[in-house]
Amino acid sequence: MSMFGQAFVKENKYKLKGDFHHLTPNTPIRNADDGWKLLGITNPREMTYIHSYGGEAIFFESLSQGKLLATRCDNAGCDSKGTIYIPFRIHCPDCLGKNTVIDLTDEAKKSAKIHTFMVCERSGAFNILDKPIKFINIEFDGVATILMSYLSLGEPKFAMRVVPIFKTSGPTFTILDLSWVPEGTRKEDLPEGFSF
Amino acid sequence: MITFSKQQLKIPQLQRPVYLVTAGQSKFDRAFPDKRTEELCIDAFTMASRLLDISPAELKRYIHSCYYGHFADHFGDQLLGESVIHDRLGLDPLGNVGVKTGGATGGSTLWEGMKAVASGYSDCVLVMGWERMDEVPTDEGNFLISCAADKDWESPLGHIYTGYYAVMAQRYWQIFGKSEDSFRRTLAEISVKHHGYARFNPYAQSPMKLTVDDVLNSPVVAYPLRALDCCLMSVGAACAILCDEDTATQLTKNSKNKPLRVYIAAGSHTLRPADRLDMAIPLLPNETAEQYKDLGERFPGGDRYPGFTGFLAARIAAYYGYGMAGITDPSEDLDLVELHDAFTISDVQTYEDVGIRPYGYGRDYVESGDCYHTNPHTGQPGKLPSNLSGGLIGCMHSVGATGIMQTFEVASHIWNRWDELHGDEKVWQQFNREKPSDWTSLQVQGARRGMAISHAGVGSHVTSTILMDPDHLIK
Repeated sequence: MSMFGQAFVKENKYKLKGDFHHLTPNTPIRNADDGWKLLGITNPREMTYIHSYGGEAIFFESLSQGKLLATRCDNAGCDSKGTIYIPFRIHCPDCLGKNTVIDLTDEAKKSAKIHTFMVCERSGAFNILDKPIKFINIEFDGVATILMSYLSLGEPKFAMRVVPIFKTSGPTFTILDLSWVPEGTRKEDLPEGFSF
Repeated sequence: MITFSKQQLKIPQLQRPVYLVTAGQSKFDRAFPDKRTEELCIDAFTMASRLLDISPAELKRYIHSCYYGHFADHFGDQLLGESVIHDRLGLDPLGNVGVKTGGATGGSTLWEGMKAVASGYSDCVLVMGWERMDEVPTDEGNFLISCAADKDWESPLGHIYTGYYAVMAQRYWQIFGKSEDSFRRTLAEISVKHHGYARFNPYAQSPMKLTVDDVLNSPVVAYPLRALDCCLMSVGAACAILCDEDTATQLTKNSKNKPLRVYIAAGSHTLRPADRLDMAIPLLPNETAEQYKDLGERFPGGDRYPGFTGFLAARIAAYYGYGMAGITDPSEDLDLVELHDAFTISDVQTYEDVGIRPYGYGRDYVESGDCYHTNPHTGQPGKLPSNLSGGLIGCMHSVGATGIMQTFEVASHIWNRWDELHGDEKVWQQFNREKPSDWTSLQVQGARRGMAISHAGVGSHVTSTILMDPDHLIK
């Protein structure tokens, strides 16, 4: 019986269970305008990749626990000392030293606001967000970067204050576990599975 | 704050001059159910030899190494596609290498070829690019393109690249467009112009006679960008031959093609716009720090550079390229440009990044009529016509070929062969396309110098390719 491919790690080796690919037959492509002569073939392929988050794994794990992590360069000898990054950067792009992981959740709740936004009516294949998707780019006080994410409730506006919400129930362990709602949104209005 | 060292700001030096002697391209279309990629590459190569009035076999005898631009292995479902094409072109056992820098692949491939000739490694090289984007339907194609965003932090957000540009469009519109409807109409005018120019190009995939309202009424993809603000998804190939001076002289002795001096430079910036750090605007030769001192007062929010409104990679590619070629003012020194209009908004952003207009004033390049072949306000030649090929919006975006197609377009004007290449009835018939009854020559009269900008991602890689008639060099 077929089951989704799953993996875990033991002794630093991947241990795999289930099916990582599924077989579907090729079918011919024929020319309806020229006697149905053969032009080509379909090549179906369904495959599961095994992807490591590496040093960013703690970020994605923390989303499921209601925490927004960032990183900071604390190297006293670096010109970028004190710079805070989210997206999370494992290493400082300047000195390449290992950054310090910091909890940005409270700062995000206090200062996050929309830098820019757009409303997406179409998506590519494999999208799982409801359309229209409201992309927002978020700036935080004291942070050097501008995070891309999505707004789950309300209509985006420039400089609008937003607060993070986290998919703590049934997390996907992807960036989709982080979303945002307008400041002042009530807990009971949050999308299913999300909490502040 | 990012700063650059003196060593990093050094203007690139070539060990010897490099020339472009010929180029070629296939027809461009959304799909070619009846042709393999190698057939399209051979179409491009045979065109390049034809323009030199020699046979493909004769041209091949000069080639010493090959540079292949093919961005997306997952689109064509063929790893080492370079090897397939190289073999089908009959160029074994010459050395070859594949180049992949997203939308800038064509420009980057030219960059690699130029360096091989400039260094003396080869006297003559083939630069060939292609993309096979018809092996999956459009939705899946959009997914595959979105894989060029950060796969953990961005791609899952809709799996659509237009979205990543739409946030820039929104921000630019608010700051530099001052949220005016007239700015949105200017963006639409770019699409009208590029689909319109494509009508006179038999190679172009999307010739359309449009109005601004047609663009504004086209379906929203990612607001504020609509379907007609977006580039095409294409299949096709393009190539160029780069040489040293002696080889260039030999190859062009029986041809209408004149060897053109070529200077190519490249820049880069973060894959994720999120990671762009604040910095001072690097200046081009026609700018001063003084002119940007009050940018934030004139355009509130506009003082965050590059923010979501500029492309640092394009600015750096222009900085290096202008330094190599001696350009001090692109609007004065160049006669035409081909810019990377992946979206109407990125076209405007690029006007500023490459110094055609100062930051904040890109829209004026369109509104003044300077970007047209014939200025619609004066009826006189446009000051610096752009994207006469139709660009990525009207002609094609067959990714690995795009930067090469743009360069070929610029060359065809300097060779004064645009009419011959675009107006020949036989080419229209061969491609099963109808030459419009109002077909108009877009030849830029007296063109001496031009530039093509090749651009990847949301500005991760950008190249500037500058072509000059050797009798009209600046330095």
